Amino acid sequence: MPVISYREALRAAMREELKRDENVVIMGEEVAQFNGAYKVTEGLLKEFGPKRIVDTPISEAGFIGLGIGASMLGIRPVMELMFWSFSYVAFDQIVNNAGNIRYMSGGLIHCPIVIRGPANGGTNVGATHSHTPEAILASHPGIKVVCPATPYDAKGLLKAAIRDNDPVYVMENTILYNDKGEVPDEDYIVPIGVADIKREGSDLTIVAHGRAVITSLKAAEILEKEHGVSVEVVDLRSIRPLDEETILASVRKTHRALLVEENKPFCGVDAQVAYLIQARAFDDLDAPIGRVSSIDAPQIYCKRMEDLQLPHPARVVEAALKVLA
Amino acid sequence: MDSKPTTVAKSVAFTHPESLKRPAGPSEFAQHPVNVALTKEEKIALYTKMVRIRHFEQRCIRTYQQGKIGGFLHLYVGQEAVAAGTISLLGKNDHVITGYRDHGHGLMVGMSMNECMAELTGKITGCSQGKGGSMHYFAPDKNYWGGHGIVGGQAPLGTGLAYALKYRGLKGCCLTYMGDGAVNQGAVHEAYNLAALWDLPVIFVIENNGYSMGTSQERSSAHPGCLAKRAEGYGIAWDVINGHDVYEVRAKTSEAVKRAHEKSKPTVLEIFTYRYFGHSMADPDKTYRDKEEIKTYRETKDPVFLFEKELLLAKVLTKDLVESINQAAMEEADAAAAFADESPDPTVADITKHIYWEEDNRGPQTTSRGTIIFE
Repeated sequence: MPVISYREALRAAMREELKRDENVVIMGEEVAQFNGAYKVTEGLLKEFGPKRIVDTPISEAGFIGLGIGASMLGIRPVMELMFWSFSYVAFDQIVNNAGNIRYMSGGLIHCPIVIRGPANGGTNVGATHSHTPEAILASHPGIKVVCPATPYDAKGLLKAAIRDNDPVYVMENTILYNDKGEVPDEDYIVPIGVADIKREGSDLTIVAHGRAVITSLKAAEILEKEHGVSVEVVDLRSIRPLDEETILASVRKTHRALLVEENKPFCGVDAQVAYLIQARAFDDLDAPIGRVSSIDAPQIYCKRMEDLQLPHPARVVEAALKVLA
Repeated sequence: MDSKPTTVAKSVAFTHPESLKRPAGPSEFAQHPVNVALTKEEKIALYTKMVRIRHFEQRCIRTYQQGKIGGFLHLYVGQEAVAAGTISLLGKNDHVITGYRDHGHGLMVGMSMNECMAELTGKITGCSQGKGGSMHYFAPDKNYWGGHGIVGGQAPLGTGLAYALKYRGLKGCCLTYMGDGAVNQGAVHEAYNLAALWDLPVIFVIENNGYSMGTSQERSSAHPGCLAKRAEGYGIAWDVINGHDVYEVRAKTSEAVKRAHEKSKPTVLEIFTYRYFGHSMADPDKTYRDKEEIKTYRETKDPVFLFEKELLLAKVLTKDLVESINQAAMEEADAAAAFADESPDPTVADITKHIYWEEDNRGPQTTSRGTIIFE
């Protein structure tokens, strides 16, 4: 199986869907002539031309809203946000219009739009460019949110998102763009809402999504080598829909749970996951649920401190040992 | 503590840039080709539609006062010629989207009074099955895309509908309505820029009724007097229209439709109009405008009455016909109120329907699984 980068996997997903469906349009700031601010869309303009690959002005509320309107008439826009942090200037369009139109029309209209781009800290760019809004957006019924952690999932989830008939928001991670992994050449999708066991284990379940999965896998290695602990890592992949059964099955097997995410702790995704576990697997737990998230402050600029603000393997190991104590 | 009194901006009554009184005699636009082209039957139908909007809205007041309509109710009375004149020009690839004062447009595209009234009372027989309410009418089968509650939020959507038409190579346009208060929203300016940049067949219609809620144009908009002129900053063609004259609305809008269809170019139209009731039924309408202003407009510029007079003079209408059209519209509105009364509420199970396409269309094509509606 070919080994390609997370970035190339996203591009492959878009290229295949552009070929499959003439209604698919890629739109965003610098996606065409500039070849993408993060080169995710590199080469697509040359291959598909300016009708399919469209540069927009810096005008997120305008072009995202335009994409939503176009999607109501059957276009399938894949909109790139240079950073998900910029979604905040388009919040009315992203939440009120895309998220509510199906409901408020009593099911008469649907909105097959994809919005994708990086949503992560850890890049030394300060608070305004480091938001992780998956919990904020997933709290709105009508919206789907996915956070791929590997090249395989990046391609499969993006293809599923493009084919989905509701708004799907794909949150990527610039730090993962160069990560490589096996990705099939052929057509496949990763269904939205299906978690993946990235590592099997028997003593502790770690639930994570996005780059926190990679951090958790590193921590699991250390826990096994240095502490003789067998850790299972559940990658949510999708925040809404949420694969509750895979989470519960793992916790029922290991009887201990640690939740890891790059969000700030208050009202994060893991608040919902913790509620789920205590509500439906309370009797299976041998210890209180543990949690690791970013340190609760706006994202700090100083690189050395930012690396410590985000979850990192040593912190995950420390928290895991507490849950295991 | 020593404090100075806060300076409060003086309330300035809104006046249209033209005189409140309309010159006597027939519309100078009666002889415009789009109006000459109307058959006698089409003129009667246009008048009938305006009358239906008025009686529907007036029936809504009663239903609201009976406590059957909740939330916000923004009435279109006084503005009928805007929706009627503009929408009467549209063909099969032309689309409509507006803000929250959306009843007139809904009736004009052909929605029934029954589904409109039942939506207001939150019934399952409403156009959106009781999930949208007054501000959120939708009829995509009639090219009507709402009904949007957030001021100016629909402007990018309308631009997107126009984009889709162009992408598909269809000769159509999207009439994108907004109030005068919306012109100060960023989303509207972003939409203007995209429409001009990409030559999109969108027509932005500013229904200028003088007040953004209780704030007159003078107190809300820099350089008031001509909001449409802001289009010049984007190189977009613009025009101003007297919204009390349905013939003028048709004549000038037809130029914009032609520009959209033939050149795929946007237009901004500012249509001077007036609402007789408060911003919504929750507005007691006592603080920001003079009762005399409403009276003057009603007596001298009422769009329904003026068109009626015009058609009587032209012997298209007779007194008897006027009476029967009004009578029929009142009866239709009463029947709609009865229909709404008799219709059932949605059920608790209906609350979680129509959130996701897949949930409502389960089949082998689904792209997702897992829990999507949470307890």
